[in-house]
Amino acid sequence: MIDRMSLSVTNLLSIKDLTNDDINLVLDTAKYFEEISKRAIKKVPTLRGKTIVNLFLEPSTRTRISFELAAKRLSADVVNISSDSSAIKKGESLKDTAKTLTAMGIDIIVMRHSFAGSSELLAKWTDARIINAGDGAHEHPTQALLDLYTVREKLKKIENLHIGIVGDVAHSRVARSNIFAFKKMGAKISVIAPPTLVPPEFESLGVNIRYNFDEVIPEIDVIYLLRLQLERQTESFFPSIGEYARLFCLNKERLKMAKENVVIMHPGPINRDIEISGDITEMPESIITQQVASGIAVRMAVLYLLAGGGLVSGAVD
Amino acid sequence: MELLIKGGKLVDPSNKQNSVKDIYIKDGLIKSVGKDLGETLKKGINAIDAKGLIVAPGFVDLHTHLREPGREDEETIATGTRAAAKGGFTSICCMPNTNPVVDNKSVVDFIKEKARSEGIVKVFPVGAITKGLNGRELAEMADLADAGVVGFSDDGESVMDSRLMRRALEYSKMFDLPLMVHSEDKNLTRDGQINEGYWSTALGLKGMPSQAEEIMVARDISLLSLTGGRIHIAHTSASESVDIIRKAKNDGLKVTCEATPHHLTLNDEYLRNFDTSGKVNPPLRSKKDIEALIEALADGTIDVVATDHAPHTLSEKEKEFDLAPFGVIGLETAFSVLFTELVKKKLLSFSGLIEALSTKPASIIGVKSGIKEGSPADLTVIDEKRKFKVEDFISKSSNSPFKGRELEGKVIYTIVDGKVVFEE
Repeated sequence: MIDRMSLSVTNLLSIKDLTNDDINLVLDTAKYFEEISKRAIKKVPTLRGKTIVNLFLEPSTRTRISFELAAKRLSADVVNISSDSSAIKKGESLKDTAKTLTAMGIDIIVMRHSFAGSSELLAKWTDARIINAGDGAHEHPTQALLDLYTVREKLKKIENLHIGIVGDVAHSRVARSNIFAFKKMGAKISVIAPPTLVPPEFESLGVNIRYNFDEVIPEIDVIYLLRLQLERQTESFFPSIGEYARLFCLNKERLKMAKENVVIMHPGPINRDIEISGDITEMPESIITQQVASGIAVRMAVLYLLAGGGLVSGAVD
Repeated sequence: MELLIKGGKLVDPSNKQNSVKDIYIKDGLIKSVGKDLGETLKKGINAIDAKGLIVAPGFVDLHTHLREPGREDEETIATGTRAAAKGGFTSICCMPNTNPVVDNKSVVDFIKEKARSEGIVKVFPVGAITKGLNGRELAEMADLADAGVVGFSDDGESVMDSRLMRRALEYSKMFDLPLMVHSEDKNLTRDGQINEGYWSTALGLKGMPSQAEEIMVARDISLLSLTGGRIHIAHTSASESVDIIRKAKNDGLKVTCEATPHHLTLNDEYLRNFDTSGKVNPPLRSKKDIEALIEALADGTIDVVATDHAPHTLSEKEKEFDLAPFGVIGLETAFSVLFTELVKKKLLSFSGLIEALSTKPASIIGVKSGIKEGSPADLTVIDEKRKFKVEDFISKSSNSPFKGRELEGKVIYTIVDGKVVFEE
């Protein structure tokens, strides 16, 4: 039961800022909203009259669409801004963009940005509520929340699970947010990657660093594969894509070594046969499509809670 | 022109001054130092009552960016020297990364002329090591030396080519001027934003490992033992560098170094909210590094404090972290920050701080200083007890990580060649 109706934060910038109660509140609220997406009429009037801007200054399809659908199903008015169709292309600073949007009376700004810390900055310059939809290699908090939600739905718990995060941990905001989130909720985390993609400082975040995927695979409950940014290869983080795939691609042979009830996750978009072989994504162990579905419910919950909350049951009906 | 500074406590370890005395100044020079000089002088002479105040040799900053010519929106010689005077600096060395670069005599002449006509403290230009700071071809170092530079530096850049660095060191021996080196292996720090460690990892900002500094400090000291010459290591920030420098000094090599007030007092946790006012290169390091720097300053391994005063406009700093420029200002707060954070906390002696700010840097660039008869009357008068909040800056820029801080100990008068250039 939800015994508290509001978050301890006014913006969702980082998982680091959230309490365990905050996280549980989001997940429990999302549970109510998930039902809406399964109705024939997928819309409630909860955020009618609220204006939400999706400020996506870095290309994104799934996160932007997920936020847009979440907002629309709550009856908010949604405006999408991307960097190549805005004044930012003409050289407008983030501060001026923030001031402009504030003057227009926007309630919530959902921002994706290629530089770490940008949403913290944005929050300084506007009264609107800010949701960080990914800032550089820093954080992607709603991804971590939807991942928690998906795991909790599937495995009925998070505490004491062993999560294996595989791939380009160093450059991944998804990895950081998930490390913070799953740690908070009592899971054990191993990060699995070549040493060039997981510097030793990650241990100070409270995770185990493992280099040998085959060795860890039998120990883990959740295999979380990260997207490999292919341009990394030119920077010599590893000698070739082929060698990377040989060591870290989740294929059928590796999956055989895994626990019987293991689940496989990926934030998308997938590089098939590099992070995960194509024949696995459709197997029952994979909950990748559930992640996408949960994404909308979790984002509805976040939008709803940041917009002011209130009695959830009343809001949904 | 005469001036009497009455009843202040003189602090100048290099001249064994540590008691209450008067200073009588005539024609820009210290004419005499002694007890109750006032009695013997004729009435009506200009006097400063320094009772209860400290009188120290004028501070000398080996590392200032005045931005003129080229970025007069960030700082000018007029505003930069006023900021210096407010901080008690009577002399400053300006770095050559202006536009145009100080890599030829005419730019040195321009700066000196501007300093003479618009500046209020002494300005000593530093010349470039390589043309346009390009790291490929030596600047005309002899011309620069003749024009009056006090050292050479490619500050902001490292001379990455070891062979060229060797030539620069060898060539500089003709002038007995230091190469003031910015030590950074640029390949290791590429795209880096902050110190590599817990905070770079947690914040997802690209790290700059302290080893990038250590490697270049080690290389330059190694070259020094091959070629001879003098090296002054700018803005030392890493404990590893300190260890190497300590050993080099023990080996008798001609190496000196500086540390900045921000590296001595702030660590990378400052950046936890992505505050670009703490974005600086070398980056704010860890607590362990700060401890090593303070210890080294106290034991003399680190010779001097220098500000690396690097003004940037508000709109440049109010940007996404990766897009904001590196640099913090420091002239106006250097003394008070270190007095509050090091001296008051008994991590450094007061006289040690004064020496590191005044006579020691002066000796590195061969400038006369100190409270003794015949020296230029460059003096800084300090009120140890004055408390204040860091708010307004004289500098054109305000990119200070100390903004809003309550500090103790303040410069009350700054005197250059016997003339009061700043008065609180």
